[in-house]
Amino acid sequence: MRIFIIKEFLQIFRDKRSLIILFGIPIVQVLLFGFALKNEIQDIPIAILDKSKDVYSQQLINKIISSDYFVLEEDLQEEKAIEEAFRKGKIKQLIIIENDFSEKLEKKNRAVVQLILDASNPNTASMINSYTSAILRDFEHEINPIPTRVPMVIPETQMRYNPELRSVFMFVPGVITIILMLVSAMMTSISIAREKELGTMEVLLVSPVKPIQIIVGKVLPYVLLSFSSAVIILIMAYTAFQMPMVGNLVLLLAESLLFIVMALALGIFISTVANSQQTAMLLSMFALLLPSILLTGFIFPIKNMPEILQYVSQLMPPKWFVIIIKNIMIKGNGIESIWKETLIILGFTVFFIGLSVKKFKTRLE
Amino acid sequence: MTNNQTNTKAVVVKDLVKKFGDFVANDHLSFAVDKGEIFGFLGANGAGKTTAIKILCGLSHPTSGDVKIAGYDIYKQRDLIKKNIGYMSQKFSLYDDLSIAENIRFYGGIYGLSRKKIKEKTEEYIEKLGLQAYTKSMVKELPLGFKQKLAFSVAIVHDPPIVFLDEPTGGVDPITRRQFWELIYKEAANGKTIFVTTHYMDEAEYCDRVSIMVDGRIEALDEPKKLKETYGAQSMEEVFIQLARG
Repeated sequence: MRIFIIKEFLQIFRDKRSLIILFGIPIVQVLLFGFALKNEIQDIPIAILDKSKDVYSQQLINKIISSDYFVLEEDLQEEKAIEEAFRKGKIKQLIIIENDFSEKLEKKNRAVVQLILDASNPNTASMINSYTSAILRDFEHEINPIPTRVPMVIPETQMRYNPELRSVFMFVPGVITIILMLVSAMMTSISIAREKELGTMEVLLVSPVKPIQIIVGKVLPYVLLSFSSAVIILIMAYTAFQMPMVGNLVLLLAESLLFIVMALALGIFISTVANSQQTAMLLSMFALLLPSILLTGFIFPIKNMPEILQYVSQLMPPKWFVIIIKNIMIKGNGIESIWKETLIILGFTVFFIGLSVKKFKTRLE
Repeated sequence: MTNNQTNTKAVVVKDLVKKFGDFVANDHLSFAVDKGEIFGFLGANGAGKTTAIKILCGLSHPTSGDVKIAGYDIYKQRDLIKKNIGYMSQKFSLYDDLSIAENIRFYGGIYGLSRKKIKEKTEEYIEKLGLQAYTKSMVKELPLGFKQKLAFSVAIVHDPPIVFLDEPTGGVDPITRRQFWELIYKEAANGKTIFVTTHYMDEAEYCDRVSIMVDGRIEALDEPKKLKETYGAQSMEEVFIQLARG
């Protein structure tokens, strides 16, 4: 019995892979969930349109900005600028202070503050909303220490993009991204690793078929499969969950195709590193699945993560795809507002293909 | 090398060197294999056999030296070489989850065989190898011996003049091994050149000529009978042990 335990420990400690699973994964998970994935908000970029520019409105604005929750991203001067501010996609809330704010408060004891929120992420939106309302209450108390029965500063909230705050808006883009990533990257890496394991890859390389033909031939079926699975998810989201499809469908499908190709390139790269199906599977699971769930802003807002994780999240291709999908489906934006994200995914694609080709060449030499 | 020599030789290797960093895996190998010959390529584990066979098959690039396969230059005429060789590895390299016919169709297709030709080959192989009972099965259900013969047949589905076999009989019982060698003899009698690596010294006796590699160099190369005479040995096994021990 004793020798059995000793032998088992020896084997575990020699096998780096199980050591990683035993200790690495829990440590990373605890750190991620503990530090990174706070569901609180901080430094949310907002815009303000102050129509009255008087004493009270200034006081309110100062109060909002001096809270830790918000950062003034844009100080709008006219109503025309509103659309543009939202299209840029950076601001999460727009606060509009109505005309003659001070006067109305003093004479009528009643003034309206309009809050327009980007509700494409419904959780964040409702959180921002309640934080802002709390600040308004506070402000009311400051200017009038004797509590009144009726509130003086009336917030008029408008949830933009997702008026009913439906969570479908958030999870559909995330689910599409994860599934495309999984099917494409994991399936290709496993299937190529399998050919290496079985020795069929060698036979193919001896044959007159060009390596590029082997790869394209192997990858193309997965492109088609992943693409149809993306279409199925979209149809389901649209019919069963009434997910809006505001933007251009063709653009969305084209972007999906680009993302699939990127994921396949990543899969090919993984397979050049992994020699067995098992390694390929583990690599895809831990290198792709967990980060794409946790670090892409799909469940937990990236803005709240420690700085270092925010940088890491920049390196996650799915993050950019989630942004693209939300922009097209929910906000109805065109290529002009997502060209940057598109270029980034394109860059990842080229990078992974280049890396795989290089790996492949050194193996021959 | 003269043109004449190139014409009668299937494989000509001259001063082949392959280095991995400081390690010399193939140290100035020079040898030639005649057309229609069964050439045994022996050596202990780590002697450099696999490195050499990989270079001959185009799976790896030599560091220096000249190699001609079927008269084609390994640097300049790689594509032509690929069309003229067959390759079978010790892993048998068949797709387990495809049927016999599907495997033949895939490998035949890779070599650009016509649909008609593939159909002929499929029927021929099933008949010749006695696979009638397995036409509907996936390859993973085949007994190892059948799998091995099928792998060999698939490796020559495009009728190449030269076949490279890398330890084709690993893990197979002696009777099956013998049957496999009968298959090899048949193909050699048809004029194919067989280049085979093996660990089994009884198989070395079946070869027309044998080379023995030790530490990256070819230490001996001759007919099995002559090698035994030279080293005063009863069997190829004794010759091998004498050489491998140095």
